[in-house]
Amino acid sequence: MAVYKRAYKIYDGPRTVPWSRFSVLTRYSFSRLFQSRLLVLFLAACLFYPVACLAFIYFSHNEQLLALLSLGDARLPAIDGKFFYTFCRVQGVFAYLLTAVVGPSLVSPDLANGALPLYFSRPFSRSEYVAGKLTTLGLLLSLITWVPGLVLFATQAGLAGWDWTKANVWLGGAILVALILWITVLSLIALALSAWVKWKIAAGSLMLAVLFAGTGFGVVINNVLRTHYGALISLNQVIYTIWGELFRYDWGGQLTSTEAWSVLCLVSGISLWLMARRVQPFEIIK
Amino acid sequence: MQPVIELTGLSVRFGKREILKDLSVAFSGRTIGLLGPNGAGKSTLIHTLLGFCPVTAGTAKVLGHDIQREMNQVRSIVGYMPENDSFIANMNGVSFVRMMGELSGLPAGVALERAHEVLFYVGLGEARYRQLGTYSLGMKQLAKLAQALVHGPRLLILDEPTNGLDPAARQRMVRLIREMKEAGEMHLLLCSHLLRDVEETCEEVLILKEGRIVHFSNLEEERRSNKRFVEIETAGNDAGLAEELSGLGCNCTATGAGRFRMVLPQGFELREIYRVAASRDLQLRRLSHRRDTLEDIFLKAMEVDHGGL
Repeated sequence: MAVYKRAYKIYDGPRTVPWSRFSVLTRYSFSRLFQSRLLVLFLAACLFYPVACLAFIYFSHNEQLLALLSLGDARLPAIDGKFFYTFCRVQGVFAYLLTAVVGPSLVSPDLANGALPLYFSRPFSRSEYVAGKLTTLGLLLSLITWVPGLVLFATQAGLAGWDWTKANVWLGGAILVALILWITVLSLIALALSAWVKWKIAAGSLMLAVLFAGTGFGVVINNVLRTHYGALISLNQVIYTIWGELFRYDWGGQLTSTEAWSVLCLVSGISLWLMARRVQPFEIIK
Repeated sequence: MQPVIELTGLSVRFGKREILKDLSVAFSGRTIGLLGPNGAGKSTLIHTLLGFCPVTAGTAKVLGHDIQREMNQVRSIVGYMPENDSFIANMNGVSFVRMMGELSGLPAGVALERAHEVLFYVGLGEARYRQLGTYSLGMKQLAKLAQALVHGPRLLILDEPTNGLDPAARQRMVRLIREMKEAGEMHLLLCSHLLRDVEETCEEVLILKEGRIVHFSNLEEERRSNKRFVEIETAGNDAGLAEELSGLGCNCTATGAGRFRMVLPQGFELREIYRVAASRDLQLRRLSHRRDTLEDIFLKAMEVDHGGL
């Protein structure tokens, strides 16, 4: 029907499959996010370190170039667990900053503008809503974390040969697990904060405070009480412990693996609970 | 005829407080008005029909679909225009309505086409590429209406659609509701505390008070039956008038001072009253039909003390 023919008609045509509808939110979130040039620039900046790592891997396998630069005898760092652990730490920080920038704009505007009843009055559930928002953040963070990580691993495997690949294939799995774990935890925290703090700037600041204040308080607790349990509230200590274990690298952390995994599960559980409480079609005012 | 909404012993409770109490009613009109004072349970009833509130007891069906077992089907055929400000920031009208269409299951291309259509239909055609945040209150109401219509629902639920609108915008909204009703393609459930809006647009009316139904009627039938109630005022000797009119089939009562009230039988012509008065040389000073407005119905319903239906 042409738009000028002002009449109402019922829609009886085909409908999309219900399980795919969460991707509608992701698509629209992306189109809104990428309207910001600042975000595009920041994303590009997040890829500098992986490009530098890629160049390093290439140089370290190019004997002619090393000889040309008189670095033939120089001891270059090995491309091993420590190398990829460091990669995860650097990209993990970028992922954190990106989450603090993007995360608050996902749920808080919907809450502030009362849009949730519009979503949930359709054949669209709360879990699909959360899945759509998580996918947005997950895809964005993947672009700067495990995707370049696996590209580095594949490049190294290609240049170092079959023997290296066979001996270090676990590194590929470790990169994937380590960074997907970090992405999941960050996304859950960001969505939970975004669901509770309607003001975007405040939600972003709170996101940063979770890491920095947690680390600061952790150090204070450790020094005052002469214990190591302060590290439990430091999210970076927790994740570094898990990454250290995954990459078989002793980074000198104070927590045990069980403690770190427990904290991570607890943080994820609390974030999910907070989201479940807040992402409702309407608010009951007591 | 299949009822549009059918409630059978429906109860809803929030914590210890029972909000809806044992509601049983079946609507089959094209437009249904939902009335009641603040806190009567109107919004809770709407939220329950949309699956936002869990049912404590009883059942409810929307166009034959049980809201507890077939909620996705219910939501596919229902369009909802909420009472409060509801929009998505940093989006223009077309993108907003299109996204809502896609979330309802329309393919992307169809959703875009229908988004343009409904925005023109509600009168936002010229403003459809403007950011929603820049819309006036009246335009936001129309955008909410557009998103409720985009997926072509068979039942449209409007929660206070004229809230906060200036008289011109209110008139436009009421006209739109009447047009939708007359198009005959869908049913409308209109929740409002403005009796005039309901009176101008609805065929059936349900009045809630403290979570119970205190009145349910078909306004068209009420209007028809009101025409059968007549009051007359005479001057002169009216002795025997009541008996003569009763002899013609009217149920006539003298209320004193030359005034009479009567219920006319089917097919009774008003000229008969004039003829009888003339034959008795009586002056007929006033003849009026009873005008039971929705306001009268509402006020009477509010006097009902928890009797329910």
